[in-house]
Amino acid sequence: MNVRLYVWQRATAALMVPLVAVHLAVIFYATRQGFSAAEILSRTRGSIAWGTYYALFVAAVSIHAAIGVRNVLAEWLPLSERHAGRLAVAFGLLLAALGFRAVAAVVL
Amino acid sequence: MPALPAELSVSLWRGGAQGRYETYRVPRRDSQTVLDVVTYVQRHIDPTLSYRFACRVGMCGSCAMTVNGRPRWTCRTHVAKVAGGGTLEIGPLENLPVIKDLATDMAPFFEKWRGAKGAFAPSRTRTDPMPCIRPDSPARIAADAAIECINCGVCYAACDTVRWNADYLGPAALNRTWTLVNDERDAGNAARLQAVAAAGGCHACHSHQSCQEHCPLALNPTASIAGLKRRTALAYLKGELKP
Repeated sequence: MNVRLYVWQRATAALMVPLVAVHLAVIFYATRQGFSAAEILSRTRGSIAWGTYYALFVAAVSIHAAIGVRNVLAEWLPLSERHAGRLAVAFGLLLAALGFRAVAAVVL
Repeated sequence: MPALPAELSVSLWRGGAQGRYETYRVPRRDSQTVLDVVTYVQRHIDPTLSYRFACRVGMCGSCAMTVNGRPRWTCRTHVAKVAGGGTLEIGPLENLPVIKDLATDMAPFFEKWRGAKGAFAPSRTRTDPMPCIRPDSPARIAADAAIECINCGVCYAACDTVRWNADYLGPAALNRTWTLVNDERDAGNAARLQAVAAAGGCHACHSHQSCQEHCPLALNPTASIAGLKRRTALAYLKGELKP
């Protein structure tokens, strides 16, 4: 890992600290209130705030996890840095696609 | 501490990378060090045994070996401390090529010093006045904490990241870099930070802290590497580094 990847990984980790905290708080709140799926969707559909919040979350997770997976691949498998990087980019894009799809499903 | 038997059972690595352990019987003595044991085998049992030592007092850093699974400086390691049940297994340091028996090739270790720009780069000539550096300045305190390294290679042999990543510069070289980064007389920090910010540099460290755990001088290379991570990240954000 070079300094650029290090900064990106630490920056996305720092960004995720409040995002995870709010995400957990929302989960507790929704379950304690006994909201149904329809009631939750009624709050998230068309919400620019929730859409932005979770889109940011997905972007941070995709970058952070991909950098971590790149390190694991480079250290534990007989792969060059370049090949590990390509696999990690593919993994990050997969996470982003799945995440943004989920965000779109509850916001749009 | 339980009394040790009159004789030690000592397994020593013999041969190169594809060698094997051979067992010897060595008399137990008071205040005996692991280096004393190895020396006894060479002087009294098998003169072809190869190993490396020089000062015998913990200053030169040349006698490090793997003792009962842990890298240690053998001249300052007492048998009473490590030979539970009177048994010793002594091998060459891990993560370095074995030349023969207990002697490893330290060339990769010192090449990484070069890779980490571990040589002092003077900013003045001999005709300039000596710089005045306050002992209580933050930079001097940071350098002091890391500067007593004797290059024994124990931290390098104990490091998991060195084992996994052949390009990783390792804790000793990066610890040295940290002392120079904090040396106000040095003029080579631009190239030095660039070198340790690249792949295989300080950011490859996982902070397992094996280096700190095993360092015979109780230095903390992990803290030095953390300092380099902060310093290089800051330089990168200021646009001073091009990874």
